[in-house]
Amino acid sequence: MSEKSPMDGVEVRSGSSRMKLDHRFKWLCVSVAVISVLTLVALMTSILTQGMPYLSWTLLTGSPEPDPNQAGIYPAIFGTVWVCLLCAIMTLPIGVATAILLEEYQPRNRWGRMLYSIIQLNITNLAGVPSVVYGILGLTAFVSMFGLFESHNGKHGVEIGVRFYDQFYSEGERAILVSVESADSPMTRPTESMMSLDVNLRPVQVIVIKPGDSLPNDDRLAFTLFNDAEAGRISKKTWYYFSLPLGRGVLTGALTLMLVILPVIIISSQESLRAVPSSLRAGALGLGATSWQVVWNVTLPAAIPGIMTGSILAMSRAIGETAPILIIAGIVYISRAPQNLMDDFTVMPLQVYNWISRPQPEFHGIAAAGIILLLIVLLSFNAIAVLIRYKLQKPLS
Amino acid sequence: MNQIDSQSDSATMTSHDSSDSPEGISLRVPANPAAETRDPSPAIRMNHLSAWYGDFQAIHDVTLNILSNRVTAFIGPSGCGKSTLLRWFNRMNDTIPSAKAIGDVRLGDTDLLSKATDVVDLRRRIGIVFQRPNPFPKSIFDNVAFGPRLHTRMTKSQLQDVVEWSLRKAAVWDEVKDRLHAPALGLSGGQQQRLCIARAIAVGPEVLLMDEPCSALDPASTLAIEDLIFELRKQYTIVIVTHNMQQAARCSDQTAFFFEGKLIEAGPTTGVFTKPSRKQTEDYVSGKFG
Repeated sequence: MSEKSPMDGVEVRSGSSRMKLDHRFKWLCVSVAVISVLTLVALMTSILTQGMPYLSWTLLTGSPEPDPNQAGIYPAIFGTVWVCLLCAIMTLPIGVATAILLEEYQPRNRWGRMLYSIIQLNITNLAGVPSVVYGILGLTAFVSMFGLFESHNGKHGVEIGVRFYDQFYSEGERAILVSVESADSPMTRPTESMMSLDVNLRPVQVIVIKPGDSLPNDDRLAFTLFNDAEAGRISKKTWYYFSLPLGRGVLTGALTLMLVILPVIIISSQESLRAVPSSLRAGALGLGATSWQVVWNVTLPAAIPGIMTGSILAMSRAIGETAPILIIAGIVYISRAPQNLMDDFTVMPLQVYNWISRPQPEFHGIAAAGIILLLIVLLSFNAIAVLIRYKLQKPLS
Repeated sequence: MNQIDSQSDSATMTSHDSSDSPEGISLRVPANPAAETRDPSPAIRMNHLSAWYGDFQAIHDVTLNILSNRVTAFIGPSGCGKSTLLRWFNRMNDTIPSAKAIGDVRLGDTDLLSKATDVVDLRRRIGIVFQRPNPFPKSIFDNVAFGPRLHTRMTKSQLQDVVEWSLRKAAVWDEVKDRLHAPALGLSGGQQQRLCIARAIAVGPEVLLMDEPCSALDPASTLAIEDLIFELRKQYTIVIVTHNMQQAARCSDQTAFFFEGKLIEAGPTTGVFTKPSRKQTEDYVSGKFG
């Protein structure tokens, strides 16, 4: 060989030193993995040893009584399940739809591209905002709705699924209800002709007597009122009760958590859509598919596993999120599971936080037991999501 | 009828293999002259088409007719605009925001470049097969049924008929008939490409565009596809982009040679390869450059 190659005379790195580096890197990886697993094991052991003795049926089914022996986490479990299910139902369609818009419907002109980049920039930045900030946003945007629906007497501006009653107590100390139009209707005066209902909302006939009249001796006493009896206004809410502003209810909690995890879901969905080979899109387009048909038949099915993985991670975060819920719901005593979307609620992390901050040592054990239950709820949510992903992921490659 | 045709095709091919073609390029002379007497009217008429990507002009003032029921090959070195041209026929370039074209391209009465044209219907009438086989990650059946499902509401039995017909047409039926519901990605590259051709013809196109359909395949699969192309021209107008001169010579009736976005020469394949009228064409087909 007469021609000189630039590689001539250059010392080739000895194989053994490169192999040593390779070896060291492998051990670095192994030790990092072992450290993280050990940390997890230590945490789990400490939680399990503290919490296991306090796991009981009372804890699972009771309300958070101040007595450690009767304290339960039932309302918080249902609060968490309600809030997270609602949050998932609202976030997934919005998040995936946004990702599809940004990835599959590319803008045609300069203004469109500018708009897209502004949206993209916002989403990326929102993913890094501390969740407590979202709590404050939820307080303004959902709890009070910027004061838009506030009526003059401080009551809810718009209400659906609620009925108001004037409640009398008869001489037989039975409640008698009279249906009224709205919360602002004038108080009912007792008359014999008024449409009266008993506590089970069955119509009853009342007897109105004047002061000084003798009371009936039989069971009509239960429906006997004096004509100067005073009523109290009560409301009965149905399961579909809805009001504006939303107030500190389950729906507000879910909407606020939606804000927290929406950027995460959008970004992970975008990543999975981007990973779908463009040749598949071209193939479908070339057969005469519309953009929607391409998305629905080709891109989305191929991206679903990735989207589900991102959603699982985001939902895990939502379940464990405490700060925004603390701002929305506050630490209040809740004795029952939420009855409608506007009902007051608490969630498991908040209940655990509440117990940990109590001075009695029993409550610390109960808190540990609460953490175990929280982990179980979290893992079952994830198991469901993994199952869905497995079902959707057809082995076709 | 088909059977007889294909037999005589291959017979003619062998007899002409080494006879009068220059530089060892074999020309497949049409076997059955009777079949050729069908009116070779232009399927696509193209007048003064120029196309751009942003500021870069990819195609300069091309005027060309694509004859129906013929195989037209676009040849030329990389970057000469032949794929761009092909992708304007069914508006695949719409997906590229900076792509634009002016001129007049018509399929029958349809103006292919007009904004008002129904692109979805256009792509049903002008199918495309890409360079790399791109079956969907679905079953073989669902791949072929994909197009019909997009455009029609067929019953299951109609769909089965269409799938079988298309797979037979694409000469892949015998290999896949026992595993129609197996994943399409489990097929070999050549089978996948024939599946893609079946998928394209299942929607009943008039024109088939093929963008270097064999460049990712081995020689045996290439031969199978070329035979298929020659067979399909009885029913479809075919435009094939190829880098492979022998391939253009073997399986096309008409050849158009492009260079730097300009149409240099177009005409019957035999003429372009044996008696090119331009120096550039001669240099290219004889392998002096490109």
